[in-house]
Amino acid sequence: MKDLYNVSASPHTFDYESTTSIMRDVIIALIPASVFGIYNFGLKALLMILTCIVACILTEYLYQKGMKLPLTTGDLSAVVTGLLLGLNMPVGAPLWMGAVGSIFAILVVKMLFGGIGQNFMNPALGGRVFLVISFGKIMADFTVPNLGISSPAITDYIAHGALAVDGITGATPLTSLKAGGSVDILNMFLGNTGGTIGETSAFALLIGGVYLLIRKVINWRIPVAYLLSFLAFMAIFGGKGFDVNFLGAHLFGGGLMIGAWFMATDYTTSPISSTGRLLYGLMLGIMTGVFRVFGNTAEGVSFAIIFCNLFVPLIDKYVRPRSFGKGVEAYE
Amino acid sequence: MKKMAATYKGGVHPYDGKELSMDKPIKDLLPKGELVFPLMQHLGKPATPIVSKGDYILKGQKIGQADGVISANVISSVSGTVKAVEPRLTASGFEVLSVVIENDNEYKTVEGFGEKRDPSKLTKDEIRNIIKESGIVGLGGASFPTHIKLTPKDDNKIDYFIVNATECEPYLTNDYRLIIEEAEKVIGGLKIILSLFPNAKGIIAIEDNKPEAIKLLRKLTESESNIKVHALETKYPQGGERQVIYSTTGRKMNSSLLPADIGCLVNNVSTVVAIYMAVAESTPLLTRVTTVTGDAISEPQNFRVLNGTSMQEVIDAAGGFVTEPEKIICGGPMMGYAIYNLDVPVSKYTSGLLCLTTDENAYWEQTSCIHCGRCVDVCPANLVPQQMYKYSSRFDEEGFKKIDGLECIECGCCSYICPAKIRLTQSFRETKRSIQRYKSVNR
Repeated sequence: MKDLYNVSASPHTFDYESTTSIMRDVIIALIPASVFGIYNFGLKALLMILTCIVACILTEYLYQKGMKLPLTTGDLSAVVTGLLLGLNMPVGAPLWMGAVGSIFAILVVKMLFGGIGQNFMNPALGGRVFLVISFGKIMADFTVPNLGISSPAITDYIAHGALAVDGITGATPLTSLKAGGSVDILNMFLGNTGGTIGETSAFALLIGGVYLLIRKVINWRIPVAYLLSFLAFMAIFGGKGFDVNFLGAHLFGGGLMIGAWFMATDYTTSPISSTGRLLYGLMLGIMTGVFRVFGNTAEGVSFAIIFCNLFVPLIDKYVRPRSFGKGVEAYE
Repeated sequence: MKKMAATYKGGVHPYDGKELSMDKPIKDLLPKGELVFPLMQHLGKPATPIVSKGDYILKGQKIGQADGVISANVISSVSGTVKAVEPRLTASGFEVLSVVIENDNEYKTVEGFGEKRDPSKLTKDEIRNIIKESGIVGLGGASFPTHIKLTPKDDNKIDYFIVNATECEPYLTNDYRLIIEEAEKVIGGLKIILSLFPNAKGIIAIEDNKPEAIKLLRKLTESESNIKVHALETKYPQGGERQVIYSTTGRKMNSSLLPADIGCLVNNVSTVVAIYMAVAESTPLLTRVTTVTGDAISEPQNFRVLNGTSMQEVIDAAGGFVTEPEKIICGGPMMGYAIYNLDVPVSKYTSGLLCLTTDENAYWEQTSCIHCGRCVDVCPANLVPQQMYKYSSRFDEEGFKKIDGLECIECGCCSYICPAKIRLTQSFRETKRSIQRYKSVNR
């Protein structure tokens, strides 16, 4: 028999979910979009995603080794950052650019501010915006070479991607919409269009979003408030009124879906209370609308999320739930 | 249409482990060795010893006298000789002045012990005095002296008396067994209490994971227009005082109020049975129904143990350990106390002995907060534990108070759910104690 048993303060039992299991769920949720991106854009897309993931893990590992900090690469958060950044890269960008964005995301946005849980903006988005500002032309170039293969084999899809094989031009639907062209909503929903590697298929992203909802990793408030307020804004200020084609194109186009389900819901850079989350979603919808309608870059969602990230500490400070029984006085 | 039970926001669903012991009838357990009666088994001031070494004591005899306004008597559960009056280790982890009695195994009782009484022939003062003399305290965990709770400023202003039979702590089945086996005593005790408060309705609050107990209680109260059985959603901490009041009456309270201030009184179901035994059967609080359970115990079950029995004897009676436990908890896993040694006595508050092969607390390492908001979602007091932790970890008591940190009920939900395994509850408990100590020093 032991002389001494362990003692500690209660509670003595814990939920089995941990930071690592949550990150694992996010990775699982991004698999449909990743697979579709690779199908759409070919082997290069896979290489880009892997480059970003490896660069993110290495940056975090080397920084923590160098600074003699405890290693946290095992919590998989660097993998999530790398994966998200990879999915946010255009397939035409050189691989080293993905690595540079990853290093910026992890080193500057995450580690220099204190590591996981301390960053004031989403690291993947920070990395992407850094690249957009540094290499604007390449980051906004979504053209895919038309290979004109007459009878494509599966290996052709893997090597070159569906878009290059089928000869669909890579211009993004929102660009052509702005230029006055028409778009095919169904194709946009499925993702047979140009764009960054992971953002094109609203369908694949929704599968991931629903998975996260079911696993209770994310809450409906931010994405739903974001999407609804964005649609309302576009209906009012978009200039086309309640035009289903126009609204649908904006809903499924650009980075809105990946932003609403995977970027805006990033724990560290979104509010902690339910009301705060609704407010944050509302702000995101409006800001995205403003950037898309009145801005002249293709970065509506990225800028809106980064901009609203800055308000999160303020929202957390002033939007708190009312504590149980507050203000109740003794009955007479 | 079935009326949906009201419930509070938040709460968690830990593994409940009740299946280990819920079908095991309560077994009487007689002590073998000496009995230790700590004079502090309640909230408030310790009782004063009124016996000394060498005295012969009868079963049911008072050995510790309540001292001061908030205090409770201590009664001997056996007959025998006082071996010592000295500090002994208790489950609280501290040494407490205790009366140690050598059991003569004859169980000679004091005069009138166990005699039936008709509660309706007693006055309110007599009933309250019996409860006080019997050393009854809240048996749900807080151990607040019951006679004080049952003496509010104005008896007429009590609208509801709630019997807390929720038993929301995982693993514990002692209350459940008591209801199944002695439901008439629950009703009898409740009727005695209701006779003290002319305007009060009786409510028995129970979680809906105990359908048999609900059925039984409903059957027994069919003809009682003044008593209702409320089946509540099963989630921890449904049995928290503020939560159970809200779930059954819709009334909310905060830390500056007592339940009586909003017309409610709450007592645990074991306490209600203890009141019945004291008033109707002249039996003071001598025994404790306790659940001995956990994966390290070979035969998890429920015992009726005489107060003062060593916990080692209780473990032995349950067949000892199958595997060496890492942790032993007095009470349940959410709010119980870990004990480092089994050489401590079973006392009024020992609702369970939970023996676990793995100490999860030692297993999970704390990592950085990722701001996920789960603590906010589960907090039954609607607080923001993540922000409270920022204040408490930098000892900012003013900031802690400003965001209503003192409303924390220390239920443990935030620590339980935290994916970074931050020991939030522990930190809040320390900060609250520090604030309260400062208040009492500067009064």
